[in-house]
Amino acid sequence: MSAPLLEAVGLTKSFGEGEARVDVLHDVTLRIERSELIALVGASGSGKSTLLNLLGLLDRPSAGTLRLDGRDTEQLDEEARTELRSERLGFVFQAHHLVPALTVVENVMMPAAVRAGGFDEAARARALALLASVGLEGQGDRWPRQLSGGMAQRVAVARALMNAPPLVLADEPTGNLDTQSSDQVFALLLREQAERSTALVVVTHDPTLASRCARVVRLVDGRIVADGPPDQVLLDTRARRV
Amino acid sequence: MKLSLHLAWRFLRDGRAQSLLILAGVAIGVAAFVFVASIISSLQRDLIARTLGAQAQVTVTPREASSRALLEAPGALVARRVEPPVPRRRSFDGWPRYARALERTPGVSAVCPRVSGPALAGRGASEEAVVVVGADPARLRRIIDLAPRLVGGRYAAGGDRALVGDGLAEALGLRVGAPFRVSTDRGAVTLRVVGIFDTGAAALDDAWVVTSLRTAQTITGRAGDVTELDARVEDLYAAESIARSFAARTGLEATSWMQRSRDLLIALRAQDQSSYMIQLFVMLAVAMGIASVLVVSVVQRRGQIGILRAIGTSRRTVLAVFLWQGVILGAVGAVLGIALGVAFAIGLGQVTPFPIEPEPSGLAIAASVSLATGLVAALLPARRAATMDPAAAIRGDA
Ligand SMILES: Nc1ncnc2c1ncn2[C@@H]1O[C@H](COP(=O)(O)OP(=O)(O)O)[C@@H](O)[C@H]1O
Ligand SMILES: [Mg+2]
Repeated sequence: MSAPLLEAVGLTKSFGEGEARVDVLHDVTLRIERSELIALVGASGSGKSTLLNLLGLLDRPSAGTLRLDGRDTEQLDEEARTELRSERLGFVFQAHHLVPALTVVENVMMPAAVRAGGFDEAARARALALLASVGLEGQGDRWPRQLSGGMAQRVAVARALMNAPPLVLADEPTGNLDTQSSDQVFALLLREQAERSTALVVVTHDPTLASRCARVVRLVDGRIVADGPPDQVLLDTRARRV
Repeated sequence: MKLSLHLAWRFLRDGRAQSLLILAGVAIGVAAFVFVASIISSLQRDLIARTLGAQAQVTVTPREASSRALLEAPGALVARRVEPPVPRRRSFDGWPRYARALERTPGVSAVCPRVSGPALAGRGASEEAVVVVGADPARLRRIIDLAPRLVGGRYAAGGDRALVGDGLAEALGLRVGAPFRVSTDRGAVTLRVVGIFDTGAAALDDAWVVTSLRTAQTITGRAGDVTELDARVEDLYAAESIARSFAARTGLEATSWMQRSRDLLIALRAQDQSSYMIQLFVMLAVAMGIASVLVVSVVQRRGQIGILRAIGTSRRTVLAVFLWQGVILGAVGAVLGIALGVAFAIGLGQVTPFPIEPEPSGLAIAASVSLATGLVAALLPARRAATMDPAAAIRGDA
């Protein structure tokens, strides 16, 4: 068996020191295979964003190891982690979706521009094609503030896919959207995930959306309490809620 | 570099109102810088032209015989009377060799051997004490340029032709072409006025009779000899050190304008210093303006910077983005400020008694200072942006 795409073992994360110390994640162990689709669910404050930040190399764990493509990411310096982010990962965030100072197409091109050291025509063509595939044909030269929330989030999805990363992390990508745009963006994420066979970890509060993912991971107070197919994990929720 | 420059430009464009405001601040600062520099340097040029235009910057003469104390020891008290040496006619032995050595001295741009001596000039019954000055006319021009100050006649000397000042011309009733008598204890010759100059310096205008070296040597009885070597230097303020080292090297006496015109030197230095102080404070204010605008911009763009870092933008690129913003503000501000400052200076020059001409070198300095100021001012904000924790920035907390 080949190495998994991402392997987290015993991840622990605490913030602050001494009296003010908050333990947010406890001994989280998680394997993500190539082209896997995972929904990460849990109550607000359960540590989903913290975990996603660790998986996305945006933050370092207090203890535990994280391997990406078999490489121990803790051994890498900030520069190497930054490079790894640009080449292997795509991000979709709930807030601050886009860089307002850049045009829509420049936002999408940004991951490629980081790699190439500048904006080039080939990247622009690919970015425009991606925009078309998320239903935003001809919107490339507009500015983010001219777009609706749903459109902005679709641009963010296109940007996350720009470098064709093997893993996309989406933190409540539909959290700020109305039901209709929320459904659109989620459907888009799942479609692109399937078409490009990238792995996708998506944080969501919505059980209906989560139920469309093959695997659901539930976090309670910084611990993984359930990890399996949606009917098991989500049924489990209802059982708990009752 | 292309990426960081592009992002810098986008950020400045995005914060248009702020960018334009600070750009106006930089431009006004640079304009003040250029304006002050132009006025001070033009004022000094005028002052120097009027004061030093009539004297050599460095003068080399044979060593003066001087009386020495018989006993010189630290703490020793010696009663002495210094008897000035009896003035006597000294010859300047080997002057052509010294003239060549002086010409080759680094920092010296022109040398003119000159013979000067007292005489009486007369016409009819009137007589005036004058100084006969003899030098090669072309060489003399590079030390003391009388040609542009002629109010009559033309610039020439040699044979019996002589240039006189307007003061002397008036005292003796001389016009161009008029003959006059020049006498010393050794006899008299008749010279003819070929040109009349007005330098504004009484010492020249009332007393100088300028002829060729040969004619003056004949009048003063110094065949083949000169009394001094005059020199012009490239850097006015290097005159003293050039004079000193030449004197030390040759054993001759060398004095500079800096020794002879102490008051002028002090005035020039004070002007320079106040000009530097004004420029320094102006650029400090500009630097603080740029820095504060960029610091605010970094804080406002926390989220954007966090996103950029998250999707793989390196710290170095983020650092460069903000350094570029400082450099762009400095560069564009320099262009606008120089145009504004030059326009102001030229405008003021219409009403000042001396011309105001901004120096290209001064403008180049203003441009470099502005660029450097922008870069330095951006250092702190750029560091803050580059070291920002992307996770915290995206979360939106401190
Ligand atoms: N930088 C931090 N410093 C202190 N506490 C933090 C920090 N980040 C997150 N937390 C805490 O960790 C817990 C989990 O937060 P988070 O991962 O954002 O949860 P979720 O995304 O599941 O809502 C919360 O109690 C939050 O207050
Ligand atoms: Mg969260």
